[in-house]
Amino acid sequence: MRITCPLCGERDRREFYYKGAALVRPAEGADLDAWHEYVNLRENPAGPLDELWYHEMGCNSWLKVTRDTATHEILDVQLASEAGLGGET
Amino acid sequence: MRFSGWRVLKEGLTGNKGWTPHWRDPEPKSEYDVVIIGGGGHGLATAYYLAKEHGITNVAVLEKGYLGGGNVGRNTTIVRANYYLPGNSEFYSHSLKLWEGMEQDLNYNAMMSQRGILNLYHNDGQRDAAVRRGNSIINQGDDAEILSREQVRELAPFLNFDNNRFPIMGGLMQRRAGTARHDAVAWGYARGADMCGVDLIQNCEVTGIDVENGKVTGVQTARGPIRAKRVALAAAGRSGQVAAMAGLTLPIESHVLQAFVSEGLKPIVDHVITFAEGHLYISQSDKGGLVFGSYLDFYSSYAARGNLPMVEHTMESFVAMVPAVSKARLLRSWGGIMDMTPDGSPIIDHSPIDGLYLNCGWCYGGFKATPASGHVYAHLIATDRPHGAATKLKLDRFRSGHGLMDEEGTGAQHNLH
Repeated sequence: MRITCPLCGERDRREFYYKGAALVRPAEGADLDAWHEYVNLRENPAGPLDELWYHEMGCNSWLKVTRDTATHEILDVQLASEAGLGGET
Repeated sequence: MRFSGWRVLKEGLTGNKGWTPHWRDPEPKSEYDVVIIGGGGHGLATAYYLAKEHGITNVAVLEKGYLGGGNVGRNTTIVRANYYLPGNSEFYSHSLKLWEGMEQDLNYNAMMSQRGILNLYHNDGQRDAAVRRGNSIINQGDDAEILSREQVRELAPFLNFDNNRFPIMGGLMQRRAGTARHDAVAWGYARGADMCGVDLIQNCEVTGIDVENGKVTGVQTARGPIRAKRVALAAAGRSGQVAAMAGLTLPIESHVLQAFVSEGLKPIVDHVITFAEGHLYISQSDKGGLVFGSYLDFYSSYAARGNLPMVEHTMESFVAMVPAVSKARLLRSWGGIMDMTPDGSPIIDHSPIDGLYLNCGWCYGGFKATPASGHVYAHLIATDRPHGAATKLKLDRFRSGHGLMDEEGTGAQHNLH
């Protein structure tokens, strides 16, 4: 599996750390259910999934990677900072 | 048909013409008291114990492929009860006791081999953790002993005791642990359930779960609708997708775990041995193949195959700890789909839907749980109360944070187990 980092180009999977599904973080005052959903519950699809990967041994960018979990095909990569995942503050 | 030494002798002398199929291949009925989704080890064991312990025999096990074709046929066959935390501790203790009586109970040879598991440690911190874990195991009533470096050397002289980074200081031994023939476990439970009247229905994928007014009423399948008073999930890595049919989202991510077998070699590894370095675990099958594995690949996957970095890591760890295997060749490797929970421990519980039960979150440890999983799940389905050995395997522990069972102490978070 190779991931094309928007800043560094195509790199080996070894350079990246996997965080999991790319979810929008709840607002600070959100209720328990919203946090439970964010921290624990997962759609866990067998197919395309938006994920967070960290280019640990490259440019240290957090990436939003769209990857097919059934085939490991990488469908899209963008910088997480430009993907609007920060949520409300 | 019962198996015995006498029967083997008689069949051998009469041309082996008297053996019959181990189970029927029935057409699904239109209604059952209990429908179990998933014909793997856990689903089949559940059906067996529902019939045997609770007298509930109007039961169907629905399997989308063939019986035992999932993780029960893909694992590294290790059986043990060396857990540390309450919840897991009594559950796996219960399981090991059932393993010890299973072959007699099922009249089936599962090649249960209590060869012992040896967890090696490489530094003072790991030794302290091993001693503490050993005490916890003994408190649970199971066996554990600390072996010195020299005692380990007597059992396994082929280990690299003086690796610069990971010298072997000793190990935690549980002698009642071991291995079992994984396929035979599925077949034994299938045969046992079938003999009690349970319908085992293969090539019957569930495509929908019918829920009316918060209560389950049946399932839609590739072979038509089936009504059911109770529906029990036992779908392992596919749990999330099956639960989604009932509108549920589970605290589960499915990951890939790879396993490996070497070419057949003369007997060298007499026990199951695990290394604190690299999470490596090894044993040797009766055919002579070294069976081994290490970490998850650490990304969500349903592909049932992994990537090369974890293959490389596993081989490096193995050669570092057992230099002699550098000359052995790898025969094959494969991947299984693991239903990972945030704390790395399983769920056997009611679901929020009346009559729908959950058995999932086995992470990479479902095989050793097989008998107890079926046993306590059958108890839950039959009585609507958790079995005494499974009171802490609750779904709501993730929402409340109370009762999390994070054996590794890394934090109850996806991607850390």
